[in-house]
Amino acid sequence: MGQLSRFWRESEHRYRLLGTRCENCGRVYFPPREVCPTCHRESIGKMKDLELSGEGVIESFTVVHEAPPRFSRQKPYVLALIKMEEGPMITGQIVDCDPSEVEIGKHVHAVFRRMGEDGDTGVIVYGYKFALD
Amino acid sequence: MSGIVTYGSYIPRYRIKPDEIARVWGENPEHIKNGIYILSKSVPAPDEDVATISVEAARNALKRKKIDPKEIGAIYVGSESHPYAVKPTATIVGSAIGVDFSLFAADYEFACKAGTAGMQNVKAMVDAGMIKYGLAIGADTSQGAPGDALEYSASAGGTAFVIGKDDTIAEINSTLSVASDTPDFWRREGQPYPSHGERFTGEPAYFRHVVTAAKMMMERMETQPKDYDYVVFHQPNGKFPTRAAKMLGFEEKQYKDGLLTPYIGNTYSGSMMTGLSSILDVSKPGDHILAVSFGSGAGSDAFDITVTDRIEEMDRNRAPTIKKMLENVRWVDYAIYAKYKKKIIVGDGIE
Repeated sequence: MGQLSRFWRESEHRYRLLGTRCENCGRVYFPPREVCPTCHRESIGKMKDLELSGEGVIESFTVVHEAPPRFSRQKPYVLALIKMEEGPMITGQIVDCDPSEVEIGKHVHAVFRRMGEDGDTGVIVYGYKFALD
Repeated sequence: MSGIVTYGSYIPRYRIKPDEIARVWGENPEHIKNGIYILSKSVPAPDEDVATISVEAARNALKRKKIDPKEIGAIYVGSESHPYAVKPTATIVGSAIGVDFSLFAADYEFACKAGTAGMQNVKAMVDAGMIKYGLAIGADTSQGAPGDALEYSASAGGTAFVIGKDDTIAEINSTLSVASDTPDFWRREGQPYPSHGERFTGEPAYFRHVVTAAKMMMERMETQPKDYDYVVFHQPNGKFPTRAAKMLGFEEKQYKDGLLTPYIGNTYSGSMMTGLSSILDVSKPGDHILAVSFGSGAGSDAFDITVTDRIEEMDRNRAPTIKKMLENVRWVDYAIYAKYKKKIIVGDGIE
């Protein structure tokens, strides 16, 4: 890690699932965008903050058995593509379940969890994960 | 008058039974279960801590009542297991629920009563007109040394109360506190596990403070035990609160709905507040509640509360009730528990 300023800049979005909605076409983006990739210049000044509900459906998933060190206490763990209620697709971990319980089409909701920490002395990073409904 | 505008709790999903802990340490599980009346306790997932529990509890409160987070003018988080020694949990909670930059915020520590101290603080601020709403949270991922008696009880969970003057579901009619310098339980700076002063735990600490605070409140309010529909005390185990209730003259029907420790263990700063949350899940307009916390070191905060008509207007199922969180569990054995609680230390490169 060691990317303190980057995590700080993104923390509001990661904490609250804060995306943007193009007031021109209605599409919702997460992470937030300054300009709508569909409407281009038409969207300038029309991108409004939108907090996602956290509700979504599993579009696809994988089970990670060879985990990076900071996930060693959680493996095997599930990483999924979540189609959010508002439209964006988000990659996130599914927690508090056995991988055998996870299926495409199941409903999930966002939860607030530790994403990692910079060793024993560094900052703790928080953000969204998902749990089965 | 001010009171509770909304409330929410969070209890981690994982549970361990005392039989499993006793198996590892060569104890008699029946002796433990009968001695402290704990049948299971909650265990935080490896990616949960007091900040995540506090945020989930606060979000559950805001699910039950849609108030603008920017109208929450103060956040106080009480815990003895804040993730940082220096850096507040309260600001993490504030950012996660989207409060305004103009904010009173701090973390509190007073063993198991830091959360209720926060309730008193935000109530006073609301009454003084300093803020419209205040958020008080009590949460812990409490520590118990391997093999120590506390390992059977030290659990995780938390509860958040939004306190204000408008649309209260429960009026806080009065609150008072008692405190004394008592060496019943402590954790020194930098130490991973707490210590307890054996014989100080019961009479000089828990019972003296809890019973005295309860009696003082009943004297102030000119009430008797029979005047209350519910009573809830701090719950370090399943035995102490029931004994305190009986000493004061309360009956089982008054304390059973708020007694959670037999199922989730001692959530420390979240203990009494989560018991109160459980009572609010089932209470009706007009119900009269006596709630008394206890924090080692030592002190008690007492609250006299009356549930209002507005509780019927609140859809309490918009957030998980305590009953639902007691049902939705995953059992772990001692090895998984030790891994999750970082009692197993791994080498560099493994984690």
